Amino acid sequence: MVSLTINGKTQQFDVPDDMPLLWVIRDMAGLTGTKFGCGMAQCGACTVHVDGAPLRACVMPVSAVAGKSVTTIEGLSADASHPVQRAWAELDVVQCGYCQSGQIMSAAALLKAKPEPSDADIDAALSGNLCRCGTYQRIRAAVHRAAELAKG
Amino acid sequence: MFRLSRIVAVVAAAVLAGCNSGPDPAQRQAAVEAFATVQKVFQHPRCQNCHIPGDQPLQFDQGLPHAMGVARGPTGHGAEGLPCSTCHGEANAPDSYGPHAPPGAPHWALPPPQQRMVTLGLSPPELCRMIQDRNENGGRDFAALLKHVSEDKLVLWGWNPGGTRAPVSVPHAEFVAKFRTWADAGGPCPTG
Repeated sequence: MVSLTINGKTQQFDVPDDMPLLWVIRDMAGLTGTKFGCGMAQCGACTVHVDGAPLRACVMPVSAVAGKSVTTIEGLSADASHPVQRAWAELDVVQCGYCQSGQIMSAAALLKAKPEPSDADIDAALSGNLCRCGTYQRIRAAVHRAAELAKG
Repeated sequence: MFRLSRIVAVVAAAVLAGCNSGPDPAQRQAAVEAFATVQKVFQHPRCQNCHIPGDQPLQFDQGLPHAMGVARGPTGHGAEGLPCSTCHGEANAPDSYGPHAPPGAPHWALPPPQQRMVTLGLSPPELCRMIQDRNENGGRDFAALLKHVSEDKLVLWGWNPGGTRAPVSVPHAEFVAKFRTWADAGGPCPTG
């Protein structure tokens, strides 16, 4: 039995220790906003925050994060009001959308670490999040816009 | 009185000279030979891939640039917003994840940019000098260096790298013994 706090709600999961956190989030907690892409931490689609830091949930055994606080795309804000989410909507970043929850979680982690990132900072932080639609230019613009929105 | 002070000075000088004489030739030779093993470990891909002059770590036995543009970052723990711990946990992934899952060990990181502790591409004499240069090695004396190579969990990962990665080719105990032989002699360096 593993205890996790997901989006503020503490839950017990009767799962094998080596089950990837992503499986627990999607199949056990029913939060399907976080996506499975490559299963090898190569694409970033499964990015969540654990104790505030970004993490690829597809390669992390749930036992390694027992007792920790997990934030998924569903928990980034209650009403899509996080500056990154607002910027994403304003600039219409999404094309097919499959990678975008991972992109948004990585962008939120970047802005937490560096509130006013340069283009180079954005490229460095999001280089592990692949987008097969090639929305990279809009992603970069939206991160800058989110930084402005966060300043108020 | 003058004669007594002179005798004391001569004796003191002799004692000090004895203290500063360093290892005898045989000990020095053994230490330099031991350093060859130290070099082999420090320049093994499991160690060397992150002890690099640039800012992009390397991976695999071929030392290829790390995928996804991964960077050293301001502290060695990755770019802001993409820390090494995003993918590298506190331990290797379970075997059930297959051979391609990212490896893991505590405090997974490169050396900080101010003290890069570069081993990549150094000749044996250069490497020998770098290891004991406190401006490069994190301010470590020989005792601290010995503790680092003996106990640091990220160092020890090199002998248990998980997946299909080749572990460091020298047994850890042998490496530590050779490091001690070299350090105990004051870290003499090969000449070429």
